[in-house]
Amino acid sequence: MAFLSYLFSGLSLGSVYAIIALGYSMVYGIAKMLNFAHGDVIMIGAYISYFVMASFGLPVYVAVIAAIAVCVILGVTIERFAYKPLRQAPSLAVLITAIGVSYFLQNGAQLLWSSSAKMYPSVFGNGQLHLFDGQLSISYLTIITILVCIFVMVCLSLFINRTKTGSAMRACSEDKGAATLMGINVNRIISITFAIGSGLAAIAAVLFCAQYPAVSPTLGSMPGIKAFTAAVFGGIGSIPGAFLGGLALGIIETLTKAYISTQLSDAIVFAVLIVVLLIKPTGLLGKKIREKV
Amino acid sequence: MKTIFDKKHISRTTTYLLVIVAYIVLTILQKTGNLGSLFSGLLVPVCCFIVAGIGLNLNVGISGELNLGQAGFMSVGGFTGVIVSGALSTMIPNGIIRLIIVIICGAIVAGIFGYLIGIPVLKLQGDYLAIVTLAFGQIIMSLINNLYIGIDKNGFQVSFINNTLELGEGGRVLLSGPMGANGIDRIATFTAGIILVLVALAIVYNLMYSRNGRAIMATRDNRIAAESIGIHVANTKMLAFVTSASLAGAAGALYGMNFSTLMPLNFDFNSSILILVYVVLGGLGNMKGTIISTAILMVLPELLRSLQNYRMIIYAIILILIMLVSNNATAKEKISGLFKFLKKNKAEGVEANE
Repeated sequence: MAFLSYLFSGLSLGSVYAIIALGYSMVYGIAKMLNFAHGDVIMIGAYISYFVMASFGLPVYVAVIAAIAVCVILGVTIERFAYKPLRQAPSLAVLITAIGVSYFLQNGAQLLWSSSAKMYPSVFGNGQLHLFDGQLSISYLTIITILVCIFVMVCLSLFINRTKTGSAMRACSEDKGAATLMGINVNRIISITFAIGSGLAAIAAVLFCAQYPAVSPTLGSMPGIKAFTAAVFGGIGSIPGAFLGGLALGIIETLTKAYISTQLSDAIVFAVLIVVLLIKPTGLLGKKIREKV
Repeated sequence: MKTIFDKKHISRTTTYLLVIVAYIVLTILQKTGNLGSLFSGLLVPVCCFIVAGIGLNLNVGISGELNLGQAGFMSVGGFTGVIVSGALSTMIPNGIIRLIIVIICGAIVAGIFGYLIGIPVLKLQGDYLAIVTLAFGQIIMSLINNLYIGIDKNGFQVSFINNTLELGEGGRVLLSGPMGANGIDRIATFTAGIILVLVALAIVYNLMYSRNGRAIMATRDNRIAAESIGIHVANTKMLAFVTSASLAGAAGALYGMNFSTLMPLNFDFNSSILILVYVVLGGLGNMKGTIISTAILMVLPELLRSLQNYRMIIYAIILILIMLVSNNATAKEKISGLFKFLKKNKAEGVEANE
């Protein structure tokens, strides 16, 4: 039973990673860039939802909507002013710009809201669901997190596979030049991708802070790195891969914390990543592209 | 004579001259007391990051592999250095000899780690390689965070995760987990830093302009073409990777000897990223650029100190603007257009006066 309860908390942490990793993976798949500022968009989302709930006393769904709105605007603005001028530039230049944006957001948050951590209000209460005569108890927060993740995943898959914009996105990720020739506005698609990724980051922010209730300017960096790892783990650019990678990473992290060692959990998570990449160099669900001469 | 004055030699010579002139000027400033304590404190760290940056530039610029774990190698070198220095402190009281041994040990151990990581890593390409080096940096930090090493008459004692060191009389703790190493004998000097920079430059330049160096660059430009003319791709990449790791190890060892405490957190993911920023801003494959941009970007936050809380945000904006201006044609045009406009106005003003 202890194992099951660890498994559930791992799934819940993994769901948060999966939602963040989806954003990473989509942006990578379409803009071919590692968006290191993604973690800091999560941090902004966390602050916005914190202020809506703690300062204005509004309910959680208002906070989520406000956070999504702000993050979407932020994501699109960052893309417009920092990444769009670098469309033709080498990928390292874009990477460094993303790092610059990340510094900017972190230090901006520190200026505006000070570096001390703020206590996130309890969002979903402390209620628990008791199963098997009370032997297994799962908090509602865990259940809600997992459900939200599944919901997001299903919506996103439908959007990508069934809508016109979705197929335009898939076209862009395969070949931008050919997509332009087909009359797709590539710049608009990239903006939409950033908007979706940032919106997902806002949802992840609320779920993450509900689990770890301390909001600080550096909040986004660790989940950012972990989600990036998850995206690579599952095969970067692949949406089911990001989902699977996120869940796997969350479960591995929670189980190593429970059974092996708390201090070494990070080392073990990253070691597993290296082993997986050695066996499958493009991640769990990544496509292998044949190199032609 | 012809060879000394052709283009690549001039570039090499000016780089060496730049370092030596900077050394002379800074030493004079320091000796005459014109260099503030803040800047004096920065001299050795700047040298360390220049060396690590030269190594990373070999890796990213010359070999074309994105490495996000350079600070991990610095960490390996740094803590190896601290342990070696602590163990030898009674045997070799002479600081200079000990420093040389420490730096060599740091470079060797980091090189060994580089080799071990390199075997699996160099099979991967592009961003996957980047993520594995990132993971390596995190693993190293996490491991050193849980490592406890002490020394007494009977030799070394090592414990992991929990501090179970039972040291005899006269024993000393060399490394205590997340607290890192304390009470380090500060034997690093600016002169040593500059010599290390020059040695690193000599190593990298000699590698770049050798047969092996050309093979590395050929592999970067086109892996398949390089393979087809008989270059062993894995070995050439490994050569660049291990050299880069060793340089980072040497830099880390010197860095560790410059402070009385060294913590695993000194070499986190952010430091890897910072070194990468220095390298990219200086220009890929350009060692002189790395030296200049490292020096400027490390001093810049200190210069902006008067702006207090705003300094890091201004630093971030400068970073973004530099990348935009140097990589975007329209932004470049606008900037040069601005200069032309100013010149034209001036010229017109002169004409009007006449």
